[in-house]
Order: sequence, then structure tokens, then C-alpha cells
Amino acid sequence: MHTLELTVNGQTCRVEVGLKTTLLELLRDKLHITSPKVGCNTGDCGTCSVLLDGVLVRSCITNALSVQGKSVTTLEGITEPGDIHPLQKAFHEHYGSQCGFCTPGMILASKALLDVNPSPTRDEVKEALSGNLCRCTGYVKIIDSVLAAADEMKS
Amino acid sequence: MSKVIGQRVTRYDGMAHVTGETKFVDDQVVPGTLTVKALRSPVSKGKVKNLDISAAEKMPGVAGVITAADVPCNAFGLVPDQPVLVNEDIRYRGEVIAAVAAVDEDTAMEALEKIGLDIEEQQAVLDPLEAMKEGAPQVRPEGNLQIWDGHGYRQVNLGDVDQSFDQADEIVESTHLHPSVEHAPMEPICSLAVPHAGPKLTVYTVSQALYFHLGMLCGILQMEPGDVHCKQWKAKTGSSWRHNTGYADLNYVGGTVGGGFGGKNDIMADHVAALLALKTGRPCKWRWTRAEDLLYSTFRGAWHITIKDAVTKDGRIIGRQMTSIRDAGSYASLNPYVVEKHCYLGAGPYFIPNVRVRGYCVYTNKPPASSMRGFGITPAAFATEVQLDKIADRLGMDPWEVRLTNAFRKGEYTPTKRVLNSVAMIEVLQNLAAKAGVELPGHLKAMASTQERG
Amino acid sequence: MKKQGKGIAAGFYPSGMSGGGDSSQAMVKVQPDGSAVVTVGSCDIGQGCKTIMAQITAEVLGIDYEAVKVVNDDTDNCPLSFGTFASRVTYVDGLATKMAAEDARRILFEVAAVMLECSEDELEAADSQIRVQGNPDKALSIGEVAGAGTFGMRKFILGLGHYMRDLAAMDPETCECDPFCTLAWAASYAEVEVDTETGEVDILRLVNSYDVGKAMNPTHLEGQIDGGATMGVGAAMSEDLHPFFPSLEFQPDNLGDYAIPTTMDVPDMESVIYECPSTNGPYGAKGIGEMTANTPGPAIVNAIHDAVGIWITNLPATPEKVLRALDAKGA
Repeated sequence: MHTLELTVNGQTCRVEVGLKTTLLELLRDKLHITSPKVGCNTGDCGTCSVLLDGVLVRSCITNALSVQGKSVTTLEGITEPGDIHPLQKAFHEHYGSQCGFCTPGMILASKALLDVNPSPTRDEVKEALSGNLCRCTGYVKIIDSVLAAADEMKS
Repeated sequence: MSKVIGQRVTRYDGMAHVTGETKFVDDQVVPGTLTVKALRSPVSKGKVKNLDISAAEKMPGVAGVITAADVPCNAFGLVPDQPVLVNEDIRYRGEVIAAVAAVDEDTAMEALEKIGLDIEEQQAVLDPLEAMKEGAPQVRPEGNLQIWDGHGYRQVNLGDVDQSFDQADEIVESTHLHPSVEHAPMEPICSLAVPHAGPKLTVYTVSQALYFHLGMLCGILQMEPGDVHCKQWKAKTGSSWRHNTGYADLNYVGGTVGGGFGGKNDIMADHVAALLALKTGRPCKWRWTRAEDLLYSTFRGAWHITIKDAVTKDGRIIGRQMTSIRDAGSYASLNPYVVEKHCYLGAGPYFIPNVRVRGYCVYTNKPPASSMRGFGITPAAFATEVQLDKIADRLGMDPWEVRLTNAFRKGEYTPTKRVLNSVAMIEVLQNLAAKAGVELPGHLKAMASTQERG
Repeated sequence: MKKQGKGIAAGFYPSGMSGGGDSSQAMVKVQPDGSAVVTVGSCDIGQGCKTIMAQITAEVLGIDYEAVKVVNDDTDNCPLSFGTFASRVTYVDGLATKMAAEDARRILFEVAAVMLECSEDELEAADSQIRVQGNPDKALSIGEVAGAGTFGMRKFILGLGHYMRDLAAMDPETCECDPFCTLAWAASYAEVEVDTETGEVDILRLVNSYDVGKAMNPTHLEGQIDGGATMGVGAAMSEDLHPFFPSLEFQPDNLGDYAIPTTMDVPDMESVIYECPSTNGPYGAKGIGEMTANTPGPAIVNAIHDAVGIWITNLPATPEKVLRALDAKGA
């Protein structure tokens, strides 16, 4: 076991992890943060997406030891508790989620895009979300949600 | 008038979804939960000659190992032909032979390796066309064809199809293969079984059909058997699907599912998790890997569909013969129902006065296929709609015209002689043309579902 | 060379289990403050069961959508349902919920008739009030009625509903039977571009047209149509669980190899809704959850034929199959 220190959603944590522990296992099994999902464990579906120092990563193929000293943001941490992020509001209002399983990863992937490109085109949104799979929506209303959030964040 | 119906109200559970508050089965945290892993067959057909779990059971960290001997009633399903764990006969690659509950995944995987397993491999049959032949390897003792009323197929017979072929100006024939398709919901198969004093059991499930699976699991666990109701079902399906007083000992918890599409209409993990929870007295969670989900969960079985149509020069389909073969995999699951639905409605949304459909449900040594979004209609729609364009092509007719000419109208009847009342095929096609920017000729625009066929 | 083509396909689909016999029950409880809890046994797999049941309950009781809570989590507390499949929930659970809400409203009317000194037949439930039709002065808030009914008259304002279509009797030789509640109707239009050198097919546009009986929630419908169409695109273009059918060799065992559509594979989609009411569905509604995956695939295959004159008779229409068919046509 190795001791790891990192910041999760603004809070410093110190946890024991094994050599094989993934960031996803660390978040879900040790810290009981359940918004990142186990969809494939092979980096193909994006349901485990989190932000690592602001960059979108797949936590299922990120070794926990590699995040020593870094800052992890999950869906729970994109706003102050009780607040709603414009992306969350837009996904709700524009029906960007159906079953909800891909939604945490989708919103984080969208945030990673809007953080660097506040005015994306529809094609740029498609490109940015192309690593996050959804089997319910056909993506149309997800893309609508991201564009609506971008509009609201600008105004 | 309506204040709420027809309104674009937001999703009831949308806020929970977008904040990550929604809890799926895998998000339930119960302290002390054991990890379940399964020993699956490496061959498509064979016999288990020796199964030795003693070394695995003794391993530190292993709380329990189950085999067929631990299953009170080792047969389930609508037609209860499927064992929870292999008795002796292996019918598909990936079939579960034994399962382990251990303190963590590494221990569970190591325990699987310590299980002694000798299999006598046998000749499997994977091609449904081969499986239909005399002398083909037997997939199930009941035979490779599902039997309905003494026939190896479900049949629909309307009018006189042979006579329609004699009267036709053109005969158009085609064969289509619809492939095997996986539901692939984002949430993989997962089950968490938690035992309580009593003894009672709570099962957290990904099931799309809580009560279906509650009844089946009561049957598997033989919880206070006592047949209560659903005699109608028995009469129809010949099923001994159990409904019994075990409901009082079992609570099925779910209702929030990470996508289903028909892939969670069969029990796949709840029974194994429940048996291990009862054996170990501890919570047991079995989450399938994505590979297990793709390779061994139910799927839309492949279909061979052959159509022969009798067509007149003015574009009317006056007779249709369909022969449809469903690759059902190794167990009944919901396959017979899928084939029945295909037979009722597979000929499509057109008034055809003479129809003969034969739907075969053929067992092969694949994992059991089952329901998927559209049951047997999705493959039928592929075959019949491409066939419609072939007819248009042969007659030199516009594809819109062929469809509108044959579309059902109010008061006409389906191949099972169901008279139709709420009919809108013509209007839906006209709306499609308008939205797509296709200008239909006047006589097609003037058609209506409520007009009697001229 | 790139060649464009267009194609259409049509279809229909029943609501509820074919052959009948599938039950759903519902309970609607009106709380002492006039809010309501509807309890059903069907699951929300993303299709929107909870939303639709809340809408129906709110409509019948004349209260706000936000004043309804939905419970569907377990078999100890929730009434029986056969489950979420066969496009049955809006139709079958919807009927059960409507019956249950009407039953609860009947109890509210009994209470209000005493309070307003009128007959129950004169009452209506709307705008969070129980009131005499055509006489807005004779009105009570639903909270007043529910409170008085619960505590003053010791009533349990609980409505029950159960819908089950009879099992269809069937002739085994002809299959003559009346197997379904109602049918919904659909058609799709696709425009594609086929690259005759690579065999790749680009779907440029997909239009979907539906009869849904009654659009209970148009946003939900559009989402379901888009999602089903995308599943249809996957089955038509890329998904194959047994690529060397019937062999199990080279079966995809990850979501990189089993290629469900991504954002990059989805064409521009539009939909158009028509309402031809079902004779006995709730508010005329029909279920369309499953059928949305049925017509887009064949419309695409027909568009490929229109573009380059080949018939794809074995899905999915991979570049390899397109090229082989083009070769065969050329030869």
C-alpha cells in the first residue's frame, strides 16, 4: 500500500492505494464518490470521466498513484454545494439526459470544452464529446444542452 | 384544456441525473460487500466431467463458492429450460459453471483459477440453418426447434397465397440477414444481494421488470413454493413460471436503470448474487465486466428472412410469403415471444390479403438471445422495407407510391385478421414527405387512411 | 467518386405485449396538503416513466406537475407491473395511473360535495382547486379538501388502478387473433453519400415521422425518436456482435470494437409528430419506445441503392460490403 495525497473537489485527502488501483476505484470505492461510473473499465465509453487539473481524463485507465499532488474534479465538485452549474441547468432543461448513466461524464467533458472554448460550434461540440458514449439520446439534445449552456455562460 | 398532458415539462428525475445524485445498483454502498466472479465455460458445447472447488473454498478471503448443487431449483426462464449454473451439459461458451464470493476482486479471480475443471468438449452447432437439419448436434434435449401446437414453427395463414402467386404480374423474391446486435446500455449488468435476519433478502437489480424477476428468483430459491396465480400464462406458454409466497421473503429494489433496450428483461446476475448471499450470509455484488456483457449477456439474435411477394402491375402486393429463421442461441429466454411477435406483424404496415408467415425459433450453441428494442419487428422492417424498394424498382414505380398504394387503411385487417381502427400510415408518410421537402404528386397527397380503398 | 441518394421506409408497432395478459397496477395517494404520490411497478430505464406518470396524475387531479411525487423503487412498496418493455409503460401503466388518479379524485369529490353542499357530479378538479363547474365562487383549494377529508372525515385518499388486456385467443393453424391494444405508425427518410472508392457511407440527413396517438410530452418524444434512430443507424452501419456469423471468432469484447454510434456518427435529424388517437390509451396515447429503431436502417439501405444501385441484404452496411456489392454489380 502507498499513501497518496491529492485534492478532490477542493478538499485535500490522504488515502492508501495499491499499485494497481485506478483513479476510478479510488474515487468510488475509497472516497464513495459515485458520479464517475464503471461503464467499461477499458477507456472506451467515457462514463468515468473526471477533470484532472482541469483536463478531461478517463479515471478507469488512470493509475491512482499518478495523481499524487494533483487536483481532481468530479461532477459533485463543479459548483459549490447547493448551486447548479449552467451546464447542469441546460442538460436538465434541454433533456440532455435520459437514463442518466453517461450524464456525469458528458457534463464534465462539456465543461472541459467550454473552459477552453466558450463559443463552440455544433461540430466542435460533437468533436469534444466524441469519446463519451450515450446509448439513449442520439446525442442531439446533449449537443443542444451544451450550446445552450455556452450561450447562458456568455450572457 | 390539458394543463400538463402534452406539455414540455422537464424530466422528473432530470435534476438528480445532472447532479450525479441518481443511484444505480453499482452506486449502492453496503459495508462488508463481497465481490463475485464467475467461472465460465471455455467451450460452446461439452460435458463437465469433474468440478473440484475444494481448494478455492479453502483460500483465505474466499467466503463461498457455489455450483449447481447449491441451486434449489436449477431451471428458470419463461420456458424454464435454463440452469442458473451448469448441471453437467454446457450449451454455450461463457455459460456459468461456478461462482465465487471473496473479499476483493483479486482474491475472487485467484480462487477461480484454483477450481479444478475437466470438460469433455463436444461438437457444437452455431449456424441456425445447420441446427435445423436432421442429425445436427442437439443443443437442448427438447430439440433444436421451438415447438408450437405440434409444429416446428409459428405460422400465420391468411387467404390463399398460392393462388395470389398465380394471379400476380410479378413475383419478387429476396433474402435478408439481420445480424446479432447487442443492447450495449451504458450501465453493465450488476446485482447486489443483501441478506437480512429472518431470513430475508434484498436484491438491488438492473432489471427492467422487477416483478417478472421477483417471481423467477422465488422459483429458483424455492422460497415457500405455492402456486398462486397466472394460470392463464401457464395455459398459453406451458410455462411453470412460479408465483409463490416467497415474495414476502424477497424485496427487489430497482426502478432506476442505466439503459435497458430489452437487455435487462432476463435474470442474468441476481440469481448468482442471491445464492452466494444466502450461502455466505454477507452482501454479495456481481458486476459484469464490459467484455462479459458483450460476449455473454442476451442480445438480438440474428435473423434470416426470405420474402416472396405476388405483385400486380399497378403496384398492389396481393400475396406475401415470409420464412423467417431466428438464431435463438441456447435457451428459450424470450425468443419464442420474439418470434410470435414477428409473425403477427412482420409482414409490415400494408394491407396484403394473402399472407403466409412461418417463423422458426432455432436453438444453437450461442449464449441465449432474447428481447431487444423492437422484438422481432426490427429485422422484419429491414427485410420488408428493402423488399418494398425492390418491388418499386421492378415495376419502375416511385417508392413513395408503392408504400402509399399498399398502406393500411381504417377498417382493413392485419394477417391475424385484427381489424384496424386507429390508422395513420398514409398521413405519416405524407408528413414525412413534407418535412423532407419531397413534393408528392396530387393523387398521393389526396389519399387518406379513412378513405375506403378504391 | 461520391454519389448521393435518398431512401424511405415505413413501419408500425403495437403498444403492450402482443397476445395481451400483461398487467400494471398503480396507486395514487393524495396527501393532507393536496400534493400526491403516484406509485407504479415499472422501471425508468431512461424512457421517462416517472415523468409521464407524474403528468397523468397532475392532469387528473388538476394540480401542478411539481406537486406529484413518483415512487417506483421496489416490490415491497410498489404495485405489480410486468415491467418496462414492449412499449407498454405509457400505455398500460398510464391507463392504470389514470384510473388510480380518477379513483383518488372521486374521494376528493365526496369530501368536497359535503363541504360545498353540492352533488359530486357538479365538481371539477383544476388549478389546484376542487370547484363547482361554471361557478368559480364555489371553490376550495385541494389542500383544504384533502386536509378536511383526511382529518375531519378520517378518509384515506388513496386511489387504485389496474389495467390488463385479456390474453388473445388464437387459432393455432391461422394465428387468427386480436393480439395488441393499438398500433403506432412511423416512416423515415434518409439522404446518404456513398464513396465508391472507399465504400464509406455518410448519412447526410435523417427525417423521422411518427403517429404517437397523443404527444404526452413532445420533448420526451423527440429524445426517444433521436435515440432510437441512432440505434437504427448503429445496426445499419456498424454494429455486429458476430462479424463472422455464425462463427464466434473475432467477437468484439470492448466498446472500441463493438462500435455503437458516437457523436461523430449521428446525422442531422429532424422529426415530425402526428396524433391519431388510440381508442383506449390514456389521452389517446400510444407507445413508440421500441419502434424508433426500426425504420431508419432500411431507409438508409434504400438510399444507398438509390445512390449507387446496390442492395445491401446483410447488415451492417460496412465499407467492405459496399465495395464487394459494387464489384459484383460492375462484373
